[in-house]
Amino acid sequence: MSSLVFLVPLALLLGGAGLAAFLWSLRNGQYDDLNGAAERILIDDERDSQ
Amino acid sequence: MPGLHCAACILAVETGLARLPDVAQVRVNLSTRRVAVQWRGAVAPELLAALAGLGYPGHLFESEEEGKDPERDRLIRALAVAGFCAMNIMLLSVSVWSGAEAGTRQAFHWISAALALPCLIYSGRIFFASAWAVLRRGRTNMDVPISIGICLAFGLSLYDTIHDGPHAYFDAATSLIFFLLIGRTLDHLMHEKARAAVRGLMRLAPRGATVLDADGSRNYLPLGEVVPGMRTALTAGERVPVDGIVEEGASELDCAIATGESAPRSVSPGMPVQAGTLNLSGPLTIRATAKAESSFLAEMVRLMEAAEGGRARYRRIADRAAALYSPVVHATALIAFLGWMMATGDWHRAITIAIAVLIITCPCALGLAVPIVQVVASRRLFEAGIMVKDGSAIERIAEIDTVAFDKTGTLTYGQPQLVDPTSLQANDLAIAAAIARRSSHPLSRAIAAAAPDAGLAPSEVREHPGLGIEAALEGHLYRLGRAEWALAEAGGQPENGTVLSRDGALVACFAFAETLRPQARAAVDALRGGGLAIVLLSGDRPEAVQPIAGRLGIDEVSAGLLPAGKVERLAALATEGRKVLMVGDGLNDAPALAMAHASMAPASAADIGRNAADFVFLHDGLDAVPVAVAVARVAGRLVRQNFALAILYNALALPVAIAGYVTPLIAALAMSLSSILVVANALRLDAGRALVPVNASSQPAGRLLVQEPGE
Repeated sequence: MSSLVFLVPLALLLGGAGLAAFLWSLRNGQYDDLNGAAERILIDDERDSQ
Repeated sequence: MPGLHCAACILAVETGLARLPDVAQVRVNLSTRRVAVQWRGAVAPELLAALAGLGYPGHLFESEEEGKDPERDRLIRALAVAGFCAMNIMLLSVSVWSGAEAGTRQAFHWISAALALPCLIYSGRIFFASAWAVLRRGRTNMDVPISIGICLAFGLSLYDTIHDGPHAYFDAATSLIFFLLIGRTLDHLMHEKARAAVRGLMRLAPRGATVLDADGSRNYLPLGEVVPGMRTALTAGERVPVDGIVEEGASELDCAIATGESAPRSVSPGMPVQAGTLNLSGPLTIRATAKAESSFLAEMVRLMEAAEGGRARYRRIADRAAALYSPVVHATALIAFLGWMMATGDWHRAITIAIAVLIITCPCALGLAVPIVQVVASRRLFEAGIMVKDGSAIERIAEIDTVAFDKTGTLTYGQPQLVDPTSLQANDLAIAAAIARRSSHPLSRAIAAAAPDAGLAPSEVREHPGLGIEAALEGHLYRLGRAEWALAEAGGQPENGTVLSRDGALVACFAFAETLRPQARAAVDALRGGGLAIVLLSGDRPEAVQPIAGRLGIDEVSAGLLPAGKVERLAALATEGRKVLMVGDGLNDAPALAMAHASMAPASAADIGRNAADFVFLHDGLDAVPVAVAVARVAGRLVRQNFALAILYNALALPVAIAGYVTPLIAALAMSLSSILVVANALRLDAGRALVPVNASSQPAGRLLVQEPGE
């Protein structure tokens, strides 16, 4: 029981951090082009293809 | 750009466009198949032409339509919050179910309550608002039992937590919100994506007109300020802004998109012109006879609004199911409550069982059953180059039994093509093509397209509006145009049609015919093979319609129809009990598109027609029509299967709930299982690709890129 006192809040805190990270990435536009991101890894990194 | 599909495409488009002068930044979005370009300077680079040159033809979108969608962001945030709360409560519940001691259970219930409250307030509000909106109008929908179930479950669980009870339904209440929000979000995403795409396609209507004042000065006025009596100047390549009468000048008008007539119409002073038609060859001065809001274009919009009533009456399958379902659910819960109340007299027990009934019957699976299938179906259609406006369109197109086609621009390209160019002397054709290249007249473009550029350089080219083109080449005077004009100096034999003459003597005659869209015949045959009746409704002359109908084997033909006539024909078919899919592109089709049970338009269509249509196909091939019907029919079958699954599940679970055996554990398991079942069934649409012959190598939409001059 005593371990729960800090373990449960810790778990919730970590989960909350995950939620915050998701909301941030959503606002950051990271889900705008999922297919494109998967394909772009095949393109050599060149200055003009930015 | 419907042709984008891999990393090589991204690279080709991005590097290709970046090479253009003034282009600052290019970014391809593969998921939406769009490219965003930033450039310096006031004039856009030749982007569409460059894209066509790269082999990736595109259409133009309006950038302001790309803005954020607050409703979508709200739904996704609500989904994230609900997911977080539901998962954490579920974790705590697992330990309660596996027999935590009373003190721990109590603590976990309190934490669960603290997590459920924000979920209820923030995420649940979407359902409460919707339920409240229909309740106020004295109706009911699926959100009413959901809202009641969630609120009761939360209230009773809170009561039990305070009074140290063993069971709490916090997990059920929050995961209910989570699952239902998934369905709601998918439904919205699909809605919004396709609608923005259709709305954003290039606009056709002019936004203003160049008005000539009495003192000869020119003013560019917004369309709304043009009043009858004003004189407006129109250069070749512009669209007629308002209905009017030609005052000066001679030209030819392309009426294909307005009336469905395939042949250009010559106009001279005194003749009336309709708003929306395209001025082809010479400058015109037009005296307005109507205001913009009473012009032909506006008339079409009014006809459309009048016609839309029929479609608005269509009720979606989910709503119809909810109308049957929610009274049954409410009644069952009430009967269970009253029954247990009478049997035991224990009100707490009775309420617990009534809530269990509400939760177990809550249409989790029903809320997902329709949207998930429609999202998968719309993705299939998107891959085939077809945009869907909303889910109800997929339901409606699956019901049709008749397909009505427009001719000009739909079955055919609306632009003429040279008949049998090989019968002409290659040399004559090359000369004609070299001259024709200097003109934007549809017949000239057809001749120019029939021969490769031979490097001839005609000089002193002059275009005589309504007559033809004159040019000097190798010391001879050539005329390409109407026979009576080109051969006038010879004073000789009366020829008809379009000819090329050298110094007044006949060199070659040209005949033109309309080209069918690719796969037109195959599409019509496929539709007929699927048990659908085919009707042809055209505004063109019967002589022009009959050969096309003959080539496609269509028997039911109506030619020379006015826009209102098309609507009447559709209404007549509807009173026969037939459900019609209208496929059309012109302004004159817009009311019919709005009137029909379901409608489809090519991306080259007039913008109000495109807005009226449920489906817009980006590729050139007409095979999009049978593909859309086939996908929609498969989707309809999967939706019905999903409903059957959901009802079967309820039939099994309901007796258990009424008998009082549903603990929070069983409720959570049953709910998740039925949702997973329904989602898995919907994904079969994607897996069963062989069911639908999607022609992936459909013709590239190259022709759509032929820009109208001046636009």
